[in-house]
Amino acid sequence: MSLTAADVAEIVRLLEESTFDELTLEINGTKLSLRRGAGVQRSATPAAGAARNDAANPGTPVSEASGPASSGAVGTGGAPATPAPSGSAVQDPDVREITSPLLGTFYRAPKPGASPFVEVGSQVEEDTVVAIIEVMKLMNTVRAGVRGRVSEVLVSDGVLVEYGQPLFRVRTSG
Amino acid sequence: MELRRILIANRGEIAARVIRTCRALGIETVLAVSTADRDSVPARLADRTVCIGPARPSESYLKVETIVQAALGTGAQAIHPGYGFLSERAPLAQMCEAHGVVFIGPTAAQIEAVGDKLRARAEAIAADVPVVPGIAVSSAAQAVSAALEIGTPVVVKAVGGGGGRGMKRVDRIDDLPSALELAAAEAGAAFGDARLYLEKFISSGRHVEVQVLGDGRGEVIHLGERDCSVQRRYQKLVEETPAPGLPGELRRALHEAAVRFAKRLNYRGAGTVEFLVDRHTGAFYFLEMNARIQVEHPVTEAATGVDIVAEQIAIASGAGLRLTQADVRPHGCAIECRVNAEDPANDFRPSPGRITHVVWPGGDGIRVDTHIGTGASVPPFYDSLLGKIIAHGPDRATALDRLRRALERTRIDGVATNLPFHAMLLAHPEFQAGGVDTHFLTRLSESWPAPQEARNHG
Repeated sequence: MSLTAADVAEIVRLLEESTFDELTLEINGTKLSLRRGAGVQRSATPAAGAARNDAANPGTPVSEASGPASSGAVGTGGAPATPAPSGSAVQDPDVREITSPLLGTFYRAPKPGASPFVEVGSQVEEDTVVAIIEVMKLMNTVRAGVRGRVSEVLVSDGVLVEYGQPLFRVRTSG
Repeated sequence: MELRRILIANRGEIAARVIRTCRALGIETVLAVSTADRDSVPARLADRTVCIGPARPSESYLKVETIVQAALGTGAQAIHPGYGFLSERAPLAQMCEAHGVVFIGPTAAQIEAVGDKLRARAEAIAADVPVVPGIAVSSAAQAVSAALEIGTPVVVKAVGGGGGRGMKRVDRIDDLPSALELAAAEAGAAFGDARLYLEKFISSGRHVEVQVLGDGRGEVIHLGERDCSVQRRYQKLVEETPAPGLPGELRRALHEAAVRFAKRLNYRGAGTVEFLVDRHTGAFYFLEMNARIQVEHPVTEAATGVDIVAEQIAIASGAGLRLTQADVRPHGCAIECRVNAEDPANDFRPSPGRITHVVWPGGDGIRVDTHIGTGASVPPFYDSLLGKIIAHGPDRATALDRLRRALERTRIDGVATNLPFHAMLLAHPEFQAGGVDTHFLTRLSESWPAPQEARNHG
């Protein structure tokens, strides 16, 4: 017996419904490894997008699960731990933020002394590499995840950034 | 090294608990939080928070590299792992050791030694600490002959398991081979380790554990024992010290055995050696060692006056043991109830949500460890512990009375809790008499009223 595409789809569905984060399956020499949310940690293309969604709808699972609160005492459960972005960026629908997909050290250039991946005014595509986040010597590339022109660099080189922290602002039109 | 800034790699009540001691000691705290915990009470208590990832623990609280990076990046000299999450994962202790970060806990080697049941058992035997009669399973035939020798019932356990996971009771020798096959498959899938061992099943036992502190250089003291027999599926619900009705000689023997075991490992930090005490014979057996601070540590603190977190920090900073055994003089009785967001009427199912109103009790001899205030959310990603109510008194009857009154004054709205269940439990004649076995709670749960009745107590 071997795995068909339908089998794999079914297995993915089962994993999604389960409480497990990882599944490794070996059948007749075919090995299938699945990991929930793997994109957020490893590859930057889906990561930037996924992370931004998470930060843009802060603590979605929390507020959904919480039901009606008697008061707004504790807020929405997701106010950024980092300094809040300026009001104009939040209100301007054409400005999007690229947020950090993980906690680590932020680098704007591929190596010390090299020119930065992007500057204010740089045109970026979804898959343009904009930064590196280092976690214990492991370099993770951050991709823009959005199309537009960089309007602001929010973090200086070599500092610790948190998960979900805004790194760049990108103007998507005009 | 004097520790001035500590990263806390945990959440919930234990994060708040560790922050409290750090504050008293003038140590700055950095709290690692997931997106779900950014607005938690501990996040507000900490001097600084860093967001380490999304709510799901595997993407935040369980990421070793991220935790160590967070400590290095925020200038924290040490990491306090709390309990659960990474507290007993050798890779975190290892990475800390490799990068000059102080791990507030035992060495990676000690975590490995007690994390593997077979190794821990071998260490216990070497330390002259009694273990439950049993053997490592090498084949079905060997297991069957061992079971014949030990006598049924026996229990099959996963070497890599713990907290009751991966255990199977076998009453008939004929059922043993199939039980072994199933247990090995399950253990392989759940723990990545299919090794099994088999031991005698103790039909009526008490769970008694001894709190120890070690300086990592061979000096070990104990802070007395705790009785944690009130448990369900190996989840403890009520803990107390001293263990009621234990003969003085048995109590001393337990303390000494725990110290011998920890000494053999040159254990560093706070740890707990767990024993099963046979209610019929009075014999006791080593179960396992927990290489971390435990949920139920406050009862020991109440009785001894020792701040265990402060001692953990002192040991980690190299100050060694600041107490001798003679300095430890427990007085009175302390009992703790774990208040969980779970519905006893629905098989203790977790009940996450938002707390719309909460009143925690105070008063003579009452301590509450919690991270829950009005408006707090109980995210579905983590354990359901809302807080612990600890009552201390000069004797057990006073402590119990204080605890019952404290529970009556406690009010938690917005989620289902086990408060009404606790009220019934503490009023039960068997519990009041003291010395129940580990099956008491299961028997009690079966007699718990139907869902509708229980809901009214909300």
